[in-house]
Amino acid sequence: MKLEDFQIELKPLPGAMPVWHGRVDARQWRTACQQVRDKGGRLVALWGSDNSDRGGGFAVHAALTVQSGLLVIELPFSGGSFPDISDIFPAANRMQRAVRDLFGVGAENAADQRKWLRHTAWPADVFPLRKDASFEFPVSSSKLELNPEAQLATRNSRLETGQTDDYPFVRVEGEGVHEIPVGPVHAGTIEPGHFRFSIVGEGVLRLEERLGYKHKGIEKRFEQMTLAEGAKLAGRVSGDSTVAYAWAYAMAVESAAGMTPPPRALWLRALLLERERVANHLGDLGFLGNDAALGFGLAQFLRLKEDWLRMNAALFGHRYLMDTIAPGGVARDVTPEGMAIMRRDMGAMEGTVALLKGVYDEHAGLQDRFIGCGRIKPDHADRLGLTGLAGRASAVAWDLRAQFPPVPYGEFEVRMATHRNGDVAARVTVRFEEIFESLRLLRLILDRLPLGELASAVPTPPAGALGIGWVEGWRGEVLIALETGPNNGIRRLHPHDPSWQNWPLLERAVLGNIVPDFPLINKSFNLSYSGHDL
Amino acid sequence: MYHLLKQIIVTGIKTEAPPQPDETLRVTAERLRAEILDYFAGALTIRHVDAGSCNGCELEIHMCNNPYYNLEGLGIKFVASPRHADMLLVTGPVSRHMEVALKRTYDATPDPKLVVAIGDCGCTGGIFGESYASCGRVSNVIPVDVAVPGCPPTPLAIMQGILTAISRKA
Repeated sequence: MKLEDFQIELKPLPGAMPVWHGRVDARQWRTACQQVRDKGGRLVALWGSDNSDRGGGFAVHAALTVQSGLLVIELPFSGGSFPDISDIFPAANRMQRAVRDLFGVGAENAADQRKWLRHTAWPADVFPLRKDASFEFPVSSSKLELNPEAQLATRNSRLETGQTDDYPFVRVEGEGVHEIPVGPVHAGTIEPGHFRFSIVGEGVLRLEERLGYKHKGIEKRFEQMTLAEGAKLAGRVSGDSTVAYAWAYAMAVESAAGMTPPPRALWLRALLLERERVANHLGDLGFLGNDAALGFGLAQFLRLKEDWLRMNAALFGHRYLMDTIAPGGVARDVTPEGMAIMRRDMGAMEGTVALLKGVYDEHAGLQDRFIGCGRIKPDHADRLGLTGLAGRASAVAWDLRAQFPPVPYGEFEVRMATHRNGDVAARVTVRFEEIFESLRLLRLILDRLPLGELASAVPTPPAGALGIGWVEGWRGEVLIALETGPNNGIRRLHPHDPSWQNWPLLERAVLGNIVPDFPLINKSFNLSYSGHDL
Repeated sequence: MYHLLKQIIVTGIKTEAPPQPDETLRVTAERLRAEILDYFAGALTIRHVDAGSCNGCELEIHMCNNPYYNLEGLGIKFVASPRHADMLLVTGPVSRHMEVALKRTYDATPDPKLVVAIGDCGCTGGIFGESYASCGRVSNVIPVDVAVPGCPPTPLAIMQGILTAISRKA
């Protein structure tokens, strides 16, 4: 899709990634989406904004992939709704519903009009992301006294008055069909969400997700912060992807301010991002072995991950590399000794991972559970918009590091891992291959790390400046869309996790599988709840 | 199978010494009698509840069971239901959407029980604070015995918090 094919006035945004921005009317909104879809493009994110305090109405924004980069279109509208695009991009369904929950304006005539992020925590007539949203809330709807005896007496009455979330799940009916409700508090040490299985015997007929339990007002919180303060919050949108979010945030701020960090800072960011990818893949490979009853895999991979995290702590001061990236550059440097230790450590680790890959590949019991389990076929992945690591296991050949490489990735010719089987086995294989590729990239970075400053000053961007950050995290592409406010403030910020796209595909992946395979399939996607619920 | 067995032998035993309890982590005075704590010290079961964290604390709770820390080696294990648990390990600022679920989980845990809040958000509400969507610290919603700061706290700090909750005051 060439840019001139769109009948839209487009303006390039400064910054590390090729991004174009343009305003559209309601007709162009759908036409542009259809044009992108017809050429095989995808919807990366959809979010809303409120301009009523400055004489406008609401606006809805979409980020779409095109041949030359990212197309960000904005549709300002004065009525209560905008045209639905969930028929063009099915992934838009939940995003549009979230816009309605937070702004009170939704997609017109969309097939699915149910709430999504809204439960019952705030009143039905309150839309938290509106600029004039002012409503009193108690610190806690039931703050406890410090005396435990008094608490016991009042707790039961409180629970009775606690509203329940009346979500209209789709019911499957027929002889022998029954439901298994799971969550929000799950049986393992994982994040909260609700899964509703409709089953016959052990076979899954339907799975429906209900998320939003972790909604803690991140987008509103950003609007109370300065651009410098926001970096810390960006690194806590999804704790396992802190580097990806912090880099995307820094990229967005640098784009709005029209500045470029020094080369050494960008190379160190890539080093941190690849270290984050390896840490997460090691952990996932361990848990995937464990979920298929190979405890050996969990012990071995978590040992490797622990060594890796300790190296992070020793070299960068934090096991998960939080707060190492800030707008303008990076907060930590590496010494030549540190680089030598890292190189030596990687050599030993690579050998062990290769050995463990051999054990996994040849373990009949493990392969019996992995192969054919939780399959997303390539045509479904394409039609429904699967992305990131899970997408690459279903022939969606998309990796920002290869497609639109920011500095320094352009130097490395990143080898994208892609497979076609789309099952748990394919997602395991992609993880193994990406670990080896990340180790190759890390060696190249260490060999050629340029000398120089760690950070440059970030000039104050004008109010109303736009900035986009777009980074290939370990799970998939993370997007940060920023509009600045006056005095280094944040007017609107939308962080977007690839889990938005992939959660609906998990519902599909379990169809026809048995309930006991769900934990394994779920783990093979390992999607973020926090990054999605915001 | 040969490679698997060989790798187990080559790896050897990696487990390190556990941390000592730290009384400064205690939020409320001991609520449980010493005899009960003695029972817990030998075989403690934990139900983890993520009440709204960023998932960072969960990563470190997972790591408590890696071969270096080997929490289960101390007789402390995670269970799938609050009805089987002696202790709740709660992370996050408590999102309003998790408030009822957290209270119900607390009620489902049989007495006598302990609650350990994990992470800066669990201790104070952290960077998310209190808002239309967040109740803030865990002790705003259920009683807390021990609170472990950190973003996220290391596995050793988490273990120290757990061990403090089941130790007698010196």
